[in-house]
Parts: sequence; C-alpha cells; structure tokens
Amino acid sequence: MRFIVALSILFFTVSPAFAEEITIYSARMEQLIKPVFDAYTKSSGVKIRFITDKEGPLLQRLIAEGANSPADIFMAVDAGMLWKAGDIGVLKPTPSPILSANIPAHLRDPKDRWFGLSVRARTIVYNTKKVKPEDLSSYETLGDSKWTKRLCLRTSKKVYNQSLVAMMMADLGMEQTEKVVSSWVKNLAVPVFSDDTQVMKAISDGICDVGIVNTYYYGRLMEKNPDYSLALFWPNQKDRGVHVNISGAGVTSHTKHAKAAITFLEWLSSSEAQNLFADVNLEYPVNPNVKPDAQVAKWGTFKQDTINMENAGKLQIDAVKLMDRALYK
Amino acid sequence: MIGKTASFLIASLIAAPILVILSSWRTPMDDVFLHLMSTGLSEVLFNTLWLVMGVAVGTTVLGVSLAWLTATLEFPGRAIFNWALVLPLAIPTYVLAFVNIALALPGIRSTGGIIFVMTMALYPYVYLLARNGFLTSGKRATEVAQSLGQTPISAFFKVALPMAQPMILSGLMLALMETLADFGAVSIFNYDTFTTTLYKAWFSMFSLNAAAKFSSFLVVLAFLLLWLEQRARQSKRYIPAEKQPRSAMRVPLNGAPRFLASAYCFTILFVAFIVPVMYLSIGAFTVLSEDLDSRYFGFLGRSLGLSAMAALLVVAGALLMSYTHRYHKIAFLVRLATVGYALPGTILAVAGIMITTSAGFLTGTLFAMMLGYLTRFMAVAHNPIESGMARITPHIDEAARSLGAGGLRMITKVQMPLLREGLIVGAILVFVDVMKEMPITLMTRPFGWDTLAVRIFEFTAEGDWERATLPAITLVLTGLLPVILLTRRLERCPS
Repeated sequence: MRFIVALSILFFTVSPAFAEEITIYSARMEQLIKPVFDAYTKSSGVKIRFITDKEGPLLQRLIAEGANSPADIFMAVDAGMLWKAGDIGVLKPTPSPILSANIPAHLRDPKDRWFGLSVRARTIVYNTKKVKPEDLSSYETLGDSKWTKRLCLRTSKKVYNQSLVAMMMADLGMEQTEKVVSSWVKNLAVPVFSDDTQVMKAISDGICDVGIVNTYYYGRLMEKNPDYSLALFWPNQKDRGVHVNISGAGVTSHTKHAKAAITFLEWLSSSEAQNLFADVNLEYPVNPNVKPDAQVAKWGTFKQDTINMENAGKLQIDAVKLMDRALYK
Repeated sequence: MIGKTASFLIASLIAAPILVILSSWRTPMDDVFLHLMSTGLSEVLFNTLWLVMGVAVGTTVLGVSLAWLTATLEFPGRAIFNWALVLPLAIPTYVLAFVNIALALPGIRSTGGIIFVMTMALYPYVYLLARNGFLTSGKRATEVAQSLGQTPISAFFKVALPMAQPMILSGLMLALMETLADFGAVSIFNYDTFTTTLYKAWFSMFSLNAAAKFSSFLVVLAFLLLWLEQRARQSKRYIPAEKQPRSAMRVPLNGAPRFLASAYCFTILFVAFIVPVMYLSIGAFTVLSEDLDSRYFGFLGRSLGLSAMAALLVVAGALLMSYTHRYHKIAFLVRLATVGYALPGTILAVAGIMITTSAGFLTGTLFAMMLGYLTRFMAVAHNPIESGMARITPHIDEAARSLGAGGLRMITKVQMPLLREGLIVGAILVFVDVMKEMPITLMTRPFGWDTLAVRIFEFTAEGDWERATLPAITLVLTGLLPVILLTRRLERCPS
C-alpha cells in the first residue's frame, strides 16, 4: 500500500515542467497518430505525450479533471463528439488565420473551438456481380421497394450512422428523414452488423447487395482481399452530395500551452502534415490543396455535403431517438 | 475492533462509486432516460434475463459435469483435461466474441450465439470452484455413498453435488456478475442489454445521469443474485475439509463411458480454447513482422505488474473483510463491496474519477487505477475466500482455543492453512481478470502505462480485428502461466 501511495505521488509530481511539451487526449488510435506525433517532434523539437481512449471517457476525464487537467488538445474521430466537447465547455475558441485558410468552413466549428483534420466519407457500397451503378442514386432510394431484403447496415449505435442521420435531418427535415430510415429498416436482408467490415463481407458473399460504409474500411478490406466483388458508389451527386464526417481536434479550455497547441494544429492542417495524417488510414485530407493517397484517388472524386458539421452534434440526440422510433437497432 | 474499522473503511472506499451511481436518483428523470424507458426497455430487460439464465444453465452444466468427471473419475486424458479445462479463463470474453463472429458459424449472430460465447468464456469459474468442492469434500463422501450401494450417478446427485454446492454457487455468481457487466461481447454481437443501453444513454445521448440510473438497475439485479445465493447457502451445513490422499480414490471408467468422457472434455476444450487460440495465432502470424516490436516487452511487463499489484491488494482487502465478517457480521457492507463485479468498468471508473477528483489530484495515477480494480474485482477474491472461511466451523476455532492456540496463533496455524486454497484461487482469478480488464485500465492509466488490453482496444476501436490478434494472443498466452500454476498447485494439495 505504501509502495502504491509512493508511486502515485511520484506520478503526480512528475509534471511537464520542461520547456516544450504538449499533452493530447486522443480518440484517434495510437497506430494512426503516433507517426504524425513523431514527425512533429522531429521537425519542431516539441515533445508530445498522449493517452488514447474513446471520446466519451476522455471527455468525462476532462470534465472531472477541470482546471487540473494536463490535457492541451482533445482529438476525436467524429464531428458530433467534437461538437459535444465544444458544447460542454472543455474546448476554447482558438481563431487562427492559418486554420481558417487550410480547412473548409463546413469542416470546422463556426466558433473556432474544433477543427477537422481529415475527411471520412460514408458512402454506398455494392456487390459488382448483382448491382449496376445505374441502379443506385441516393441514400434515400436505398429504401425503395426494389431493394427489399437486399440492404445491409451497421448498428445505429455507431456514431457514424448517428452523424449520417443527423446530417440528413439537417438537409431533409425530421419527417422526411424518419420515412427514409424506416424504409431502410424494412429493406434489411439480415439484422444489423456491429461493424462496417462485416457489412461488406455480407455484401460480397451475396447475403445482401448494398450497404453504407466508411471508405477507409473498404480500402483496408480490398487491400487484403482484392478478389471481393465490391465497389463504391457516390450518392446524391445531383443534390446535396456525399455525407462526410471528420477526424479533428480542439484546444482545451484549461491548457497551459495554448500557443504550442495551436501551432501544432496549424501544422497538422498544413500540406506538410496532411498526407501523413490522412493517408495512414486511407482518409481524405481536409486541406483542399492536398491530394489524397493514390489508392484513395482511384475511387474517384465526388461532391460532398457542405452543411456545417456542427449539425452532427446538435442533432445527434434527435437522430438517435428517430432511429429508435424507426426500429433501426 | 481495528479490523472492523479497517473493513469499514475499505468497504466505504469500494462502495463509494456505487453510492455515486445510486445517488443519480436524487435528480429527476431526464429526457434521455424517459426516451430509453419508453422505447425497447422490455426487450432489453428480456434480453438481459435470457442471457443471464442461459449463461447460468450453460456454465453450471458444463462447469459441474466437467469438474465431477475430472475430480472423481479416471479416464484417458483426465490428467491433462484436469488443468487444461481451466485455460479458457485466459481468453477475454470480447476476444472470444470477435473470434466467433469472424469464424461466421451459421446462426452465431443470435441469442443462442451470445449465450454460447459467454458460456464458453465463463464456465471455468464454475469448473474451478466446483472442482475444488468435489476434491475437498465430495470425493470421500461419494466413496462412502457408493460403498452403501449407490451408483456413481446417484451418489453424485445425492451426496457430492449438495456438498460442493457452496463452491458451485460461488463460481456461478462470478460468472453471472461478469455476464451482467459485459459490454464488449454483447456489443460485438449487437445484442441489447442494460450495459449497451447505459452506454447508449451516455455516449450517444450524452446523459451520464441516465446512464447512472440504468447502472443502478444492474446494482439491483446483482443484489438479487447475491440474495438468492445467500438463501441457497443458508439451507446447507458444511463439513470441515480433511486431508485426503491424492488421486487414490478416483473411480476408473470402463467401456464406452471411458471414451465418451474423454470425447466430451475434448470437445469443450476444442471449442472454448483450441479453436480461438489457433485463429488468433494464425492472425497474429500474418501481422507479426509488421507489428511486433520491442515495445511489447513494455505492454507485457505492465500487464503483469498491474495484475500482480491488484491481485495482492484485492486479496488482502477481501481477507480482511472476510475475517471481520466472521466475528462482527458486516453482511451488508460485504455485499456493497462485492457488487462492483456486476457493473461495467467504465461506469465504475467514472464514479471513481469523480471521487478521486474531488480528493484533488488522483486521476491518472496508479492509486486511482488500483481503487478501480478493488471496486470491480472484490467479489472475485471474496467468493473463494469466503467459501474457505465457511469451512472453518466454530468447532475448529474452539478446538484450537482449547489446545491453547488463540489469537494470532490460531490464525496462522489453524485458519490460514484452511484458507490457503481460497486465497490462491482468489489471487489468480483477480490476476487474470485484471490482465483482461479494459475500461478501467483505459480510463485511469497514467501516461505511458499502455498494456496488452489497451493495445487490443486500439486496434478493435478502429475495426482492425486482424491486427488485434497479436496483442490478444500475447495476452492469452501470458494469462496461461498463472492459470496453469493455479491448477497444478491445487492438484498437488487438494485440501
């Protein structure tokens, strides 16, 4: 016991008293983020220490720690979660001309508390042996009767689907969106899956014909199994565009290294870091001047929905309720 | 007196997060809570009950039958099955779940499927404790019953089973509380229970209060289980354990039953352990060159160090609590302190963080981490120790006293040897459980304290199941060592 107390005190007293060090609470996992941190430390000399967990627990930790929190930056992989962090006050506004220039307006907080750093497109995937791209047009038409027992979806508990539905609500309104979601549920071939990869395997195996997934899961799966009969389709190109989400970050309200933290975010949005940040997970750079990875580029270009990402957070609770009413599990 | 005060302090420390959860009812029901109550609550309730009942039946049937076979009968391979059947304990439930989903057996994504997976992951708790029960008291009694003309089967039901019942119940309680607390496996199966609902309230709908209210349902369910166990125990009287010669009394099986027994044990071992380990090994082999580096020594070292530290701490706490209960009857405190095993680690960690933060500076320290483990795993150490304690009848105390062995001498010379088994079982179970533990470790770990479980999380959180196989197989193989040590040791000294 004494040993443990002594160790605890040791951990408490070893605080970042050194010159330049920033502390990050990251929901972007180590394997995706460490190469970027290492590159920054190498080029700038700033040390980075970090801890990973899901957004929920990290936010709870930030709230609980309050002014004592060692964190300078909160990093998330979903816009709704970033909005939530801003909403509960653990992030502070950090306006920066560089960030404004590098990041399109709809992919950052209008109040400058969080910034998108990579784009994740959530689009339609189909079985190339059973579906022609001409059969597809929009997310909404996946509810048409021709897709009866042909649709596979991931669970509504995943935040990516909550953001998809929330953004759809911002575009189409509650009533219309609820009709669409109900019609999807009616078309399900099998009960919803717990991840995107299972959805794609089911489609490739012919259990169903179409589904909705994040593109990087598709990229990863096809890299390992090039023989899978799967292809991506970009929906809603004649109207609002493909639903995108962001992986992003913001500076914490109680940071003691605000300047260093902002400088780091600016670097992340720069052309120097963008490929490093996005390519490791086959995502799209947020900075429009930076080209995506070659494999990603092969999937083609598309028009994306440009409603501000904050709607994903603002409407998230309503989206969850809507999906519950529509019996989307 | 000192013992009572200390127990009271420990119990309060452990119970504090649970009281924080219960205090969520001081604030009115919010919009999120009402929404979740009105949509699909009955489904969640029935799902949870089905799961608990299914796992109860599954783990009892498997655990008791396997324990009885290996403890009292002789058949080909028994000496190996005897310890090998405990090995699935080293596989975390969430890992077994993702392996089974990846193997895509027909019909696996169903209520039956999740019950199957949880049963395979959790039956070793029942097996381990039931086996202990059969070895210490059941075997001699079975022999007596058989000499009085009972068949082995009727001797089992009339004599051995009732005598081993307290141990079996202890094991079953652990399995069921673990089932209630599980989030990882049920979410991989997309099977809605109280834990998935409280996670949804919290992470998807941002209401910690509603999540805490749903957690309090789990507290109530856990109390209900503990109360049922208590009632079942009260109807039993215990017979003190006695020294028995090893392996002398196993009844050899002949003919077909001989091979049926072997085949049965092998099938369970194959499904619950060999298949998942092979799957993980093959997966790990493909990512080995890419992912295995020197940092794995660190992950491994920290997993082991934390588990050892937690095992010592939790067993010490449980022993103190058990002793105090023996002389002062602090049943309610004990129950409050053991109910944490039925709660998801995340919610305990949050409650714990709230408390340690109000204490000033404790978040992200080993102290907070150990407090979390203590709250979560008290039951794991308490149950085997308490079962041991129940075997030390007041007569034994009296006999010791009349022979002049009172106080400390009675504890060290008389009681400790009788408790030893319980202590070892408790320590090993906590050790293995902490190795597999994910949410508390994630949430309370100090910077740089990444473990194998953290590594698994970092891959699975990104849906990268293939790469998760490497830390998973490392975790399983490491967890095997203490598990094998445990069974070997129990084999050597059955009482």
